Amino acid sequence: MKIARFYLLPFALVAGFMLAGAAAAAADPSAENGKAVFVKHGCWQCHGFEGQGSVATSGGMVIANTPLPFDAFKAYVRNPAGAMPPFHAEMISDADLADIYAYLESRPKPKPAKDIPLLNNLSSK
Amino acid sequence: MPKKQSDPKLDRRKFLTAAAVAGAAGAVNPARAAPDAATSGEPRPPAVLPPNEHVAAAETDIPNIPPYSTENRRPTSDFMVDVIKSLDIKYLPSNPASSYRALHESLIDYGKNTMPEFLTCTHEEVGVGIAHGYYKIANKPLLTTCHGTVGLMHATMNIYNAFCDNAPVIVIAGNDMDAAHRPPGVPTFHSAQDINAIVRDYTKWDDTPISAQAFAQSFVRAYQIATTPPCGPVVISLDDGLAQEAVRDYGQALYIPKFVPTAPPAGEMGAVREAARLLANAEHPVIVADRAVITQQGMNLLVQLAELLQAPLVRQRSRLNFPTTHYLGRPATVIPQADVILGLELTDYWATVNKFTDNNHDGWGSMSPRTKPGTKLISISTQQLITKSNYQDYQRFQSVDVPIAGDVEATLPALIEALKDAIPDSRKDAIAKRGQTIKDAHERAREATKQAAAIAWDASPISTARLCMEIYAQIKDFDWSLVPSSGNVSGWPTRLWPMDKVYQFTGTSGGYGVGWGAPASVGGALANRDEGRFSVSIQSDGDLMYAPGALWTAVRHKIPLLAVMHNNRGYHQEVMHIQRLANFRDRNPNTGSDLAPIGTSIMNPDIEYHKLAESMGWWAKGPIKDPADLGPALKEAVAVVRSGQPALLNVWTQPR
Repeated sequence: MKIARFYLLPFALVAGFMLAGAAAAAADPSAENGKAVFVKHGCWQCHGFEGQGSVATSGGMVIANTPLPFDAFKAYVRNPAGAMPPFHAEMISDADLADIYAYLESRPKPKPAKDIPLLNNLSSK
Repeated sequence: MPKKQSDPKLDRRKFLTAAAVAGAAGAVNPARAAPDAATSGEPRPPAVLPPNEHVAAAETDIPNIPPYSTENRRPTSDFMVDVIKSLDIKYLPSNPASSYRALHESLIDYGKNTMPEFLTCTHEEVGVGIAHGYYKIANKPLLTTCHGTVGLMHATMNIYNAFCDNAPVIVIAGNDMDAAHRPPGVPTFHSAQDINAIVRDYTKWDDTPISAQAFAQSFVRAYQIATTPPCGPVVISLDDGLAQEAVRDYGQALYIPKFVPTAPPAGEMGAVREAARLLANAEHPVIVADRAVITQQGMNLLVQLAELLQAPLVRQRSRLNFPTTHYLGRPATVIPQADVILGLELTDYWATVNKFTDNNHDGWGSMSPRTKPGTKLISISTQQLITKSNYQDYQRFQSVDVPIAGDVEATLPALIEALKDAIPDSRKDAIAKRGQTIKDAHERAREATKQAAAIAWDASPISTARLCMEIYAQIKDFDWSLVPSSGNVSGWPTRLWPMDKVYQFTGTSGGYGVGWGAPASVGGALANRDEGRFSVSIQSDGDLMYAPGALWTAVRHKIPLLAVMHNNRGYHQEVMHIQRLANFRDRNPNTGSDLAPIGTSIMNPDIEYHKLAESMGWWAKGPIKDPADLGPALKEAVAVVRSGQPALLNVWTQPR
């Protein structure tokens, strides 16, 4: 039996990281390389190619344009809570992680839902 | 008891068959079909009703005795067809096989291929899946026939899905039991001493009748058992030697037992009143519904219950249960606040009130309660009435404060009445205030869901949110049904499509066996075709390749269906599992030349599903990768489906 086993990230912990202070990301991170390593290391599997997330695989957590400072982002990836498996330095270097962060920050901001007709014309005849 | 005189001018067989069919047609689950006293405002009927004309006749009349002469050497399989025709079985989705050749010939020649109509299937798994999908929409069982041993082996996975989903499917498995007289070679390879043993662990009942009269009793009993909650698949081993030989009555006139549907079990009133007392006095009651209702009346009752309590209702995935438009529909995040939880036919009560996280190197995961200490648990379920043990579909054991064995739809009227009596006037203001708070939360959550759907709206591959909302825009003005299907699209349809009819979403496969979606969607579309509804499925790529032959059956039998593919080019659940294990072991998984770990991708080459569908007569288009192309393609496909043909769009999507 195949059951999704990917649950909600603990919001409290994420909020804690947000308050942890923003250290600078690695120098000159590359969003282009970040996209490549985001795909290579399988981040897309649970978070989608755009970091949009899913209620089924990331507890609805969106990491595109994440409000987390880089240090908090890195700390979480290295030692996550909840269902996310850890990505230690043996798998992703700090430099690649910085590039992934840059890629996620480069994702276009979504339009307000009220400006997308298909998300508003929900009544039927 | 006086025996009735036959009118010699009547064709007695046709008359009796028609009478029995009329009885069966309106009689599956009588309690579910009964007038809704609780919602109509009329006084509740007494627990024991005087028999209606149909029931009285069944109790006092002699059994049906058609003139089954044993002269003229009529084949037993003709009599079997009369038995089958005495029930309201419209279709027979099956793969042909020599081990039931006698019955097959009788069905199409003596039985004129009507009631049931043979639907040619390319695999036994497809036949069972079509029957399962049909039931989820029509609330009626179909019959499927299988080849001996090998055919039943093919059928097993979808029989297991039907068993887990409490779906009645009647299976006849051909067999040739007389080792001294059956042909040698292949027919003997395909025979077994006890063919039903293949599926006994996950069918509700099975039998091996060895005479014509025993077949009649067995088949009617099988129908009755399959359709009595908890419903489930049943199997009858058909001895082809018996079916081929001239019918024998052993000196007693053959008859077809009259089918009278069994009233479903309702919860014991003392326990129901205790449940009502707990719910009425709860500060934060929560209702959780899973495989709870299958009729519109059941949904209406559930709405009435939730509104009476102004309690949030969590919809799990086995049925729609509750309108998506209703403000009391809330996510599972309300469960930790509950002081009383009412679980309605939950497939996994333990996982409803506990959390398992697969985050440990040793594979054991971590477990923790979702509920606060002291939360009272109530269950209304038929699961204790099924006593099978080998397969683990019953999940972990969860201790419950008030466990009630009973069918949800049959128990709800009594629970609603008990609740009306149990709610003190002093609590009514607080209950109304609770409802307003939930309503406000519902509105906020709905706006947040829409905004979540807007993320990656223009992405390629196409986001699952965009996929679903483009579909909805094209079908919303029809009487539509999202038929049973397999696409795992993050639940966008039930999160954003307005749904208030039970057939608009009928839930998952039950056993999560892949290869169910394509045939089940065809079965659902078949039921909808007969009601004039528009059918749409969200078809995953991996699932379609297990049983692509289901597509051919749709064309062959003129079943209109819009299949929109959620093609993420992989077995995505397995993609994530391998990644997870690799992470635990501090190594990057080997992806070879693919995007995902070796063995989990469906690419290199990419499967051209649109061409696959075209090869079997579907209108098809793809691959669609640009979201701007999706709306126009859907519009074309919808026009094709409305003309009566199936249409498939191969859409490249984000993973979930």
